[in-house]
Amino acid sequence: MSNRLGHGWGSRIDRNAAIGFTFEGRPVSAHPGDTIASALAAKGEWILSRSFKYHRPRGILTMAGQDANTLVQIGDEANVRADLRQVAEGMAVTPLNVSGSLRRDRGRIIDHLGRFLPVGFYYRTFFGPRRNSWLKLWEPIIRASAGLGTVSLDPAPRRYLKETRHCDVLVVGAGPAGLAAAIAAAEAGADVILAEKEPELGGALTYARFGVETADAARHLDALRRQAAAAGIAVLSGATCNGHFADNWLPVLQGDRLIRIRAAELVLATGAHEQPLIFRNNDLPGVMLSSAAQRLMRHYGVRPGRRAVVYAGDRDGYLAALDLDDAGVRIAAVIDPEAEDRDGLAPELARRGVPVMRGCTIRQARGGLHLKAVEVQDRQGGRTRLDCDLLVMAGGYTPGYQLALHAGARLSSDDGGTRFSITGVPDHVHLAGAAAGLSDLAAVIESGRIAGLRAAAGLGLAPAQELPAPVQAGWRRAAPSPAHPKGRDFVDFDEDLQVKDIENAIADGYRELELVKRYSTVGMGPSQGRHSALATARIVARKTARSLAEVGITTARPPFGPERLGLLADTTPERHRRTPLHAAHLAAGARMTPVGAWWRPLVYPGADAPEDAIRREIRMVREAAGMLDVSTLGKLEIRGPDAGAFLDRIYTMAHAGQPVGRVRYCLALNEMGSILDDGVAFRLSDEHFYVTATTGAVDRLFAEMMLQKTIMGARVDIQNVTAAFGAMNLTGPRAREVLERLPGSIDFGRAGFAFLDGREGELAGCPVRVMRIGFTGELSYEIHLPQSHAAGLWAALLEAGADLGLRPYGLEASRILRLEKGHIIIGQDTDALSTPDELGMGWALSRKKPFYIGKPAVERRRALGDKRRLCGFALPDEGNAAGVGESALVLQDGKPVGHVTSFGYSPTLGQWIGLAHVAPDQAEPGSRITLRGFAGAEVEAPVVALPFHDKDNARQEM
Amino acid sequence: MPIELLKYGLRRGHRPYRDIPSTPELRRSYDVVIIGGGGHGLAAAYYLSHYHGISNIAVLEKGYLAGGNTARNTTTVRSNYLTLPSIEFYREGVSLFETMSQELGFNVMFSQRGQLTLAHSDAAMRSFRLRAEMGKHAGIRAEVVDAQTVQELCPHVNMDFGGQHEVLGGLWHADGGTARHDAVAWGYAKRAAERGVEIHQRTEVTGFGIAGGRVTEIRTNRGTVLAGQVLQAAGGMNGRIAEMAGIRLPIRCFPLQAMVTQPLKPFLDILLSSSNLHTYLVQSSRGEIVIGGGTDPYQLASTRSSLPQKEALATGALQLMPFLHNVKLLRQWAGITDITPDFSPIMGASPLQNYWLDAGWGTWGFKATAVAGKRMAETIATGRVPDILMPFALERFARFELLNEMGATAAGH
Ligand SMILES: Cc1cc2nc3c(=O)[nH]c(=O)nc-3n(C[C@H](O)[C@H](O)[C@H](O)COP(=O)(O)OP(=O)(O)OC[C@H]3O[C@@H](n4cnc5c(N)ncnc54)[C@H](O)[C@@H]3O)c2cc1C
Repeated sequence: MSNRLGHGWGSRIDRNAAIGFTFEGRPVSAHPGDTIASALAAKGEWILSRSFKYHRPRGILTMAGQDANTLVQIGDEANVRADLRQVAEGMAVTPLNVSGSLRRDRGRIIDHLGRFLPVGFYYRTFFGPRRNSWLKLWEPIIRASAGLGTVSLDPAPRRYLKETRHCDVLVVGAGPAGLAAAIAAAEAGADVILAEKEPELGGALTYARFGVETADAARHLDALRRQAAAAGIAVLSGATCNGHFADNWLPVLQGDRLIRIRAAELVLATGAHEQPLIFRNNDLPGVMLSSAAQRLMRHYGVRPGRRAVVYAGDRDGYLAALDLDDAGVRIAAVIDPEAEDRDGLAPELARRGVPVMRGCTIRQARGGLHLKAVEVQDRQGGRTRLDCDLLVMAGGYTPGYQLALHAGARLSSDDGGTRFSITGVPDHVHLAGAAAGLSDLAAVIESGRIAGLRAAAGLGLAPAQELPAPVQAGWRRAAPSPAHPKGRDFVDFDEDLQVKDIENAIADGYRELELVKRYSTVGMGPSQGRHSALATARIVARKTARSLAEVGITTARPPFGPERLGLLADTTPERHRRTPLHAAHLAAGARMTPVGAWWRPLVYPGADAPEDAIRREIRMVREAAGMLDVSTLGKLEIRGPDAGAFLDRIYTMAHAGQPVGRVRYCLALNEMGSILDDGVAFRLSDEHFYVTATTGAVDRLFAEMMLQKTIMGARVDIQNVTAAFGAMNLTGPRAREVLERLPGSIDFGRAGFAFLDGREGELAGCPVRVMRIGFTGELSYEIHLPQSHAAGLWAALLEAGADLGLRPYGLEASRILRLEKGHIIIGQDTDALSTPDELGMGWALSRKKPFYIGKPAVERRRALGDKRRLCGFALPDEGNAAGVGESALVLQDGKPVGHVTSFGYSPTLGQWIGLAHVAPDQAEPGSRITLRGFAGAEVEAPVVALPFHDKDNARQEM
Repeated sequence: MPIELLKYGLRRGHRPYRDIPSTPELRRSYDVVIIGGGGHGLAAAYYLSHYHGISNIAVLEKGYLAGGNTARNTTTVRSNYLTLPSIEFYREGVSLFETMSQELGFNVMFSQRGQLTLAHSDAAMRSFRLRAEMGKHAGIRAEVVDAQTVQELCPHVNMDFGGQHEVLGGLWHADGGTARHDAVAWGYAKRAAERGVEIHQRTEVTGFGIAGGRVTEIRTNRGTVLAGQVLQAAGGMNGRIAEMAGIRLPIRCFPLQAMVTQPLKPFLDILLSSSNLHTYLVQSSRGEIVIGGGTDPYQLASTRSSLPQKEALATGALQLMPFLHNVKLLRQWAGITDITPDFSPIMGASPLQNYWLDAGWGTWGFKATAVAGKRMAETIATGRVPDILMPFALERFARFELLNEMGATAAGH
């Protein structure tokens, strides 16, 4: 039997076309524009899923994606809102929490066991009989019933997009208030974005009724849409603004797109959320909000029932009754909790022959899988049974408070707890329409216009005149239904929580709203308390004899609605960086490895086994020449009259007096006197230094420099040019010979270009900065140049040096080469507490400078004495049977006093060598340390003076 | 069905458990006043009242019970730290969790599923190896595992072979687990209250009277009280409260954020984290995926969550498990963490004679709830700081005897 209404209903569906999908395996036909829920309802299928705990049948409640009743699984996507998701051809929809079928669910038995599962029951039991019984016995049982949908381990990939936009005014919600606000702001000259989560503009004007006559509302809708189109507003429809973050930074979700908007002014015209009533069996399919019934009819042309009872806690109940009557639904009765007609709509209902029962409340609903009847109780306790298949609830609203609360506003109520309003709205945020507590259409539109003008005034676009504050109408709330002794009166549908659960939580001692939430889990489900928060607050206030204001009403945390992780994540497939020499390394057969953000060559194996290749590369550097890509070094340009003084503050050596054309080691400490970073500074001119930093630390160092610059008020300009320059280190006894073979402006002669000199000039047609420094202890030149030239020079050098034995070498060889020289790697041989003294680097600390960062701490720590020392050690023979490696412990009297920080086999020395933190009294060359190898055995090793190789550092000065 | 529930179900009506008594009037004086009704303060009250015969105690909590970081944390419990004093201290902490439900007669749902921290770089492997070696030395279960074992422990993880975040191996800590954070606080509160400990919610400490090197009175929004001994356990507010008592702690506040997805059928059994990606994932017994990471980059005393951090956490989560892209986020939140320079707590004496510190818990203090409570209770009852707490003394900063747990706290808390 079709529930499809005739023409004139169903603004969103295209009746001329049909599409098919399956539900629980059954084929269903629908019209384009239908949601899953509306298509099923049109076929008379009202149950969408079962509830989480008791497996009760659940169906449409809000028809606006605001509840968890309609969560279904679509193929590999879990927890989809069936009342929001439009149908697509071939979609396979399955219900949640069902064992068996939706109509015959074996899990239903739990509904009858509810009395054995009091609120918080899992705290009382499930932890015996043994110590780990929770983990081994009970948790597996509970976990088996946890969760809603099932995550697919192999879902279809999706392309998510992100963009960032800026605007003068963002208006959230395109109901009459939001439209009016956007129009007013745009007409005042503001650049306006209007975001609406529904597919069309108009909000309540598209489904609600505002009076006996409907033509008036239609005229308003038409006019507002026309003006909006003319005003040059950027409209985002089907776009949910999902949170408010500091400084009006708002994420808007539109399909697979995340739009992050920075708005100077924000208008929240987020409407209101209609609230369900609490009575026995208020969760039966067939019981829905008045706005849900109206959405079904107006948007989708679906008749919500055949015979209805309408609960009219406010005027909207009467208006919904008129709609139902228009759609041909028989109305058993309109139930009005008040004795008087306050809305003046009774005569119209009487004219249509719709009975009204005054001074009544709903005692309970009856039915199994669907609503069959409603039992109504009058003030004298008299009860009437009304047969029906639809109960429409108009029980009052709360303003759409979530975004405002994220922004720092509060939800307040009047003393009786019948009206809620948003207060304490921060600057640059304006409320309009139902969110501001208004319900009369003219007042709503006017409040929108005012909010739009206020936003414009905030931008200086409208005169900063005193604008009239909107009238606070507030919302009327329905009288509570009498408690039913048998319960099943749900406060929270997501979590299957009844009134007694909340009351019992309070009785158990959880008297604060937050504690009630945490203990009972009310409000923790997918709808995040939209429908339960106020009801819960009311129960807490009543049971603890406090006012709602004292109890506090609710908190709201982002996101507003569900938000797919894919929308948030940065899933750019390749996020790493390549040096300008990357292609050359690949062509040379390098084995690449990621190092921080970069890919670097590890070794160039050629035909050799990697172990052999590494030894070959080391020998090559020691005997001829090798070249390492060091483009990943951090690089900073420091310019300005205070450049020297500035570096003197950041680094421990003296730079103000450093001669132009010289290169000096740089060591940066933090305020604790611990090592932050190292590098070199090349003075290019009086007011210009070129500084290198370690790859991983440069961003942090740059930020620290910017901070120090500000603190000092230093006249320097700091640029992080890491990616702008390529760099290579040419090292080995024949390095000079290679350079001298290339044409250029630099004199590489030994006399003219000494160790720690720096030169600028041209080499093989490339502009270069060359420094005589290196990590290997050999004659070395580090060449920096604009990255676009790097590959050319690299190739030219390799070609020039080919017959001298020059080849590139990789990171593995580099690690050993520097270890042979006892050079430390920051972050590997140091940790957050390392001082220069314990590393034997006292030479790097200027004694003359009155201050550098870390100096006071260094001096205090020196006075306190070293806690440990870094020293070199060698294993006695060539083998490493104990399995010593980096991170092996150094033991003294059986206790760990340090560990190995660097370790490897030195082909140059024919020995295993390493660096280790040891106790201060073990650090002198000649003493012996005990290491525990990974194989478990302990081995003794002599402490050796550093460097291991070329003890007097003669080779780098060649 | 357990017998307890059967009995409950067959009874008529709800016989309230009365776990937490309503807030009484403040009395004039107490033997011990505890500032902060979080897990730590409540555990200390429990141990004082049950093990040291001291029950004339007031716990002062400015908001609702355990509503600070105890309510916000992601409940990782583990002991695989780097330094010996830390490992020994947290090892005792884990063992107290193992018996906590029995001890309290309240199910705190301690679930020792094991924690796996992934290494995507040599540096991470090196630091894991060191932690494993230290852990073995101290007798905890911590092992470096290779990529194949990672896949066996967590079949769904993205190994990214050949990619930039290739999983090279990991640190497997079989002792690691989670517990229900609220239940821990409530269990301690319930049992402490049974011995007469007063729990004062909505009672904010606003200042102190100090004379002769002692705290003489404690001012609150509900009146002034006198106390023999005072314990400060105020979570993110530790720096501020110490300042009111004239004590400067080396603490800086950073927001720490976390988030959960909608509930899903269980598919992730272990605690999974990555130090390189600054992300960790765990599936709660409700089926939600809890996602956490490192603190915000700048100092701030705010509990507002942010969009960039949410995006960063989602990025890390999808790197580890790309199939989660369709999964929906439910809620995000933040807490203010009190971070020390060496990422280790400050416990023990203060410059004031009768004022004791339990502070600097940063992003890592939930796991220490029991052991800190127990050992601080011992300290207050005996007037002597036990050996296990000595390395955490405030004076360590003046002596530069720091504990350096930065690396071991970065991603896993
Ligand atoms: C997002 C997040 C994730 C975390 N994850 C983990 C984790 O996985 N594992 C882990 O071990 N740790 C974790 N932590 C850290 C952990 O939460 C805390 O270290 C721990 O809860 C501290 O407990 P506490 O009792 O000392 O502090 P809290 O629980 O913060 O309690 C302190 C109490 O003092 C109260 N207070 C403050 N000022 C006053 C005043 N003036 N007067 C009276 N009362 C006052 C506060 O209201 C608060 O309730 C995490 C923290 C956060 C924020």
